[in-house]
Amino acid sequence: MLVPKHEVLSKEEAEELLRSLGIKKEQLPKIKATDPIAKEIGAKVGDIVKITRESPTAGKSIAYRLVI
Amino acid sequence: MIPKRISAIKFEVLSPQEIRRMSVGKIITPETYDDDGFPIEAGLMDPRLGVIDPGLRCKTCGGKAGECPGHFGHIELVAPVIHVGYAKLIAKILNAICRECGRILLKDEKRDKFIEEIEKRKKLGQDYEDVVKEVFRITKAVKKCPHCGEEQIEIKFEKPTFYYEGEHRLTPRDVRERLEKIPNEDVLAFGMDYKAVRPEWMVITVLPVPPVTVRPSIILESGQRSEDDLTHKLVDIIRINQRFMENKEAGAPQLILEDLWELLQYHVTTYLDNEVSGIPPARHRSGRPLKTLAQRLKGKEGRFRGSLSGKRVNFSARTVISPDPNLSINEVGVPQVIAEELTVPLFVTEKNIEIAREFVLRTEHPKANYVIRDDGKRIRVLDANREEIADMLEPGWIVERQLMDGDIVLFNRQPSLHRMSIMAHYVRVLPYKTFRLNPAVCPPYNADFDGDEMNLHVPQSLEAQAEAKVLMAVQEHILSPRFGGPIIGGIHDHISGLYLLTRGIKKFTKEEVMSILKPLSIEELPEPKEDGYWTGKQIFSCILPDITIEFKAEICQGCEECKKEKCEYDAYVIIRNGELISGTIDEKAVGAFKGIIIDEITRKYGNEEAKKFIDDMTQLAIRAIMNAGFSFGIDDEDIPEEAINQIREVIANAEREVERLIEAYKEGNLEPMPGRSLEETLEMRIMRELGKARDQAGKIAGRFLGMDNSAVIMAVSGARGSMLNLTQMAACIGQQSVRGERIKRGYTYTNRTLSHFKPGDLGAKARGFVKSSYKEGLSPIEYFFHAMGGREGLVDTAVRTSQSGYLQRRLINALQDLKVEYDGTVREQTSGMLVQFRYGEDGIDAMKSFRGKAVDVKRIVAEVLNKE
Ligand SMILES: [Mg+2]
Ligand SMILES: [Zn+2]
Ligand SMILES: [Zn+2]
Ligand SMILES: [Zn+2]
Repeated sequence: MLVPKHEVLSKEEAEELLRSLGIKKEQLPKIKATDPIAKEIGAKVGDIVKITRESPTAGKSIAYRLVI
Repeated sequence: MIPKRISAIKFEVLSPQEIRRMSVGKIITPETYDDDGFPIEAGLMDPRLGVIDPGLRCKTCGGKAGECPGHFGHIELVAPVIHVGYAKLIAKILNAICRECGRILLKDEKRDKFIEEIEKRKKLGQDYEDVVKEVFRITKAVKKCPHCGEEQIEIKFEKPTFYYEGEHRLTPRDVRERLEKIPNEDVLAFGMDYKAVRPEWMVITVLPVPPVTVRPSIILESGQRSEDDLTHKLVDIIRINQRFMENKEAGAPQLILEDLWELLQYHVTTYLDNEVSGIPPARHRSGRPLKTLAQRLKGKEGRFRGSLSGKRVNFSARTVISPDPNLSINEVGVPQVIAEELTVPLFVTEKNIEIAREFVLRTEHPKANYVIRDDGKRIRVLDANREEIADMLEPGWIVERQLMDGDIVLFNRQPSLHRMSIMAHYVRVLPYKTFRLNPAVCPPYNADFDGDEMNLHVPQSLEAQAEAKVLMAVQEHILSPRFGGPIIGGIHDHISGLYLLTRGIKKFTKEEVMSILKPLSIEELPEPKEDGYWTGKQIFSCILPDITIEFKAEICQGCEECKKEKCEYDAYVIIRNGELISGTIDEKAVGAFKGIIIDEITRKYGNEEAKKFIDDMTQLAIRAIMNAGFSFGIDDEDIPEEAINQIREVIANAEREVERLIEAYKEGNLEPMPGRSLEETLEMRIMRELGKARDQAGKIAGRFLGMDNSAVIMAVSGARGSMLNLTQMAACIGQQSVRGERIKRGYTYTNRTLSHFKPGDLGAKARGFVKSSYKEGLSPIEYFFHAMGGREGLVDTAVRTSQSGYLQRRLINALQDLKVEYDGTVREQTSGMLVQFRYGEDGIDAMKSFRGKAVDVKRIVAEVLNKE
């Protein structure tokens, strides 16, 4: 797989994430809605995507991005 | 008081009205002071512009020197001039507007689309530069005005401030008139806010005169007044302006007026920036170029990099460094003279007032230099007032006592590239004039003693002192966050010394043992192992804490199957319960960067114990090397006739082989390697052949030098130098290269490197193979090729350091306000933006890692097994 796993968070998941990090949506890293992977998973502006990457040091690493 | 905060900064261009409005007066005479030394009214030193002389009061605000911020004046220019800083932009705008009606060369709908895009990007905080660029690109190509139908002529810009429409030169007045005609709505399409910047304001008609506080005059020792460069330049401007006006009023010929106008443009241009290409810089009478406005801001010594990002500090010292192995790694030797100048504040309380009084009363070294009263007044302690001050001393005062043994200071060596470049040391006041440090802390500072200088800073508050001790002390940095291993450890003689001490079984008499262990605080000697004699391994074990490890030493030859404790090179180190059983101690065991023993002690017993080990180890090593005796000289490279002959033969064979390859190539018998051309194949095979020959020559030399040779000892133990260095000294220097290839540059036309070779000669000699050794000396031709290779190396380092320095600065600026929060995320401090969800993906503190790995399973297993 060339692109790591991307998935759109549900509304509840997104709220829980922002609550646990104590941040506003805008403080997350961004991904463009026009990004091929965003189109592929059907992410829309305002959604939060969860990215699961293979990492040589951490095994699995999880990151989130706000779709803009 | 509620502290005021700057929420935003907006940059605008000053309009002529604004300049007049903020001005306290028109400046008209170039004279500064009259014969009595009083500033002339309406001159450049007009008292309304502010005060710099203490005692006088400002005519505008009434403030004293220091209180009055200074006030602007202005000069009315007889004719407008171009502002160099905007010259390029003016050229772009001139090409984007109609020469007749001044409208932008775009239809209104199109223009509005661009404005909309710019507004959208501004709102999102994005760059809109490329939109503006597109506007200029499109409008420049338009030949006919879409509004009035006028034909357009392209305007050519000539540096620094000239504009030509075809052959016709546009005067700044023409330029200004055109810019004035642009309607506000069109200005928006250039990415400008017409309220902040009207294009015509970029052509100067009124020049602000900065306050005298910005350009103070200095009084020389001779009592003469010397004016600031800016004042000099302003004098020039006023003088020309005046002459221009007189000539104009007298109705002088157009030619003369034009000359004066150009001169005025020159002076205003150099006043703004004296390093503009295309015109000679304005110079001082002495020939020194003047430092005008742009020069004050630009570059390393400029306002930004020199005054804002970097400042000079008090309570600091700088001098040459030199080694002192008798100091602990966390100490620094401070020269007496420096210790008497630097001070530490002693905050007087009821509890310490007697101590403070004692310092005040002292007349020798740790005495008080200054006393600060509770009202903040600083009093120098002198013989005359010493007793009086001691009497008056009371809680709340501060006594600034001289630096003394045991004080904590920060020690720094530039370039400060990593956190270990500034560490906290404890002071030891010593005679002479250099800072002294234990050579074991050279690696983190990357210091040597060939003239290096270092800086020292004295923390001035108890908080700072505590932080220095807890966070910055040398022992806190034994393990480096760069690679999760020790960065402080033995170097050079420490390694040679321990190698000599621990290699094989060396016997020492009680006397020798006592003399080697003398500097250490060892109370009991172990039982002698070798009938009445102690072994070197036993001596080394004396400084080891209780650790158990096994590893291959640096000298390990990499045998196919390791024989472990039975290794014939004594290269397998076994330490059991703090006793060295077998193996030789070398770089791998105690060296900086490698030091497995240091690593182990730090992890098992902590930094304090590791510090003690390094202190003991360095002392022991130096005693050991002195006991054994160790020297190195030019005849250490002497090899017997036999060896020389063997080396000659190896090289002659290689040269013959090269000739054979060239012959084969010329006859077309050379088989190309896969994916390579014939020429590349030949080059590669020749390089390989000659490389092999050098390695063989090195092996021969190494064999004849033997393991007892000092240079060999240093090379194999990792103390200093390599076998390659040795090969080059004793046997053969080998192929010289430029850009990784054999040398081929030189006389390109005849394809030869030097004129005494045959054209197209591909032989070893003609392409930079040096068969001599450094000891033998190089032939002139070899020397020349060697210089070519050497030059490339020097250029590379010079380029690399400047590039990596710039990269470092940019990285630091980009990363400086990122912080790892308690939840393990990395966030930007001001905006709270999330940068990493887990620090470095794995949340590992590299400093606490095992050479980059989070857990060292092998170590845990070994530890558990050992306990059972
Ligand atoms: Mg040096
Ligand atoms: Zn004032
Ligand atoms: Zn027009
Ligand atoms: Zn071995």
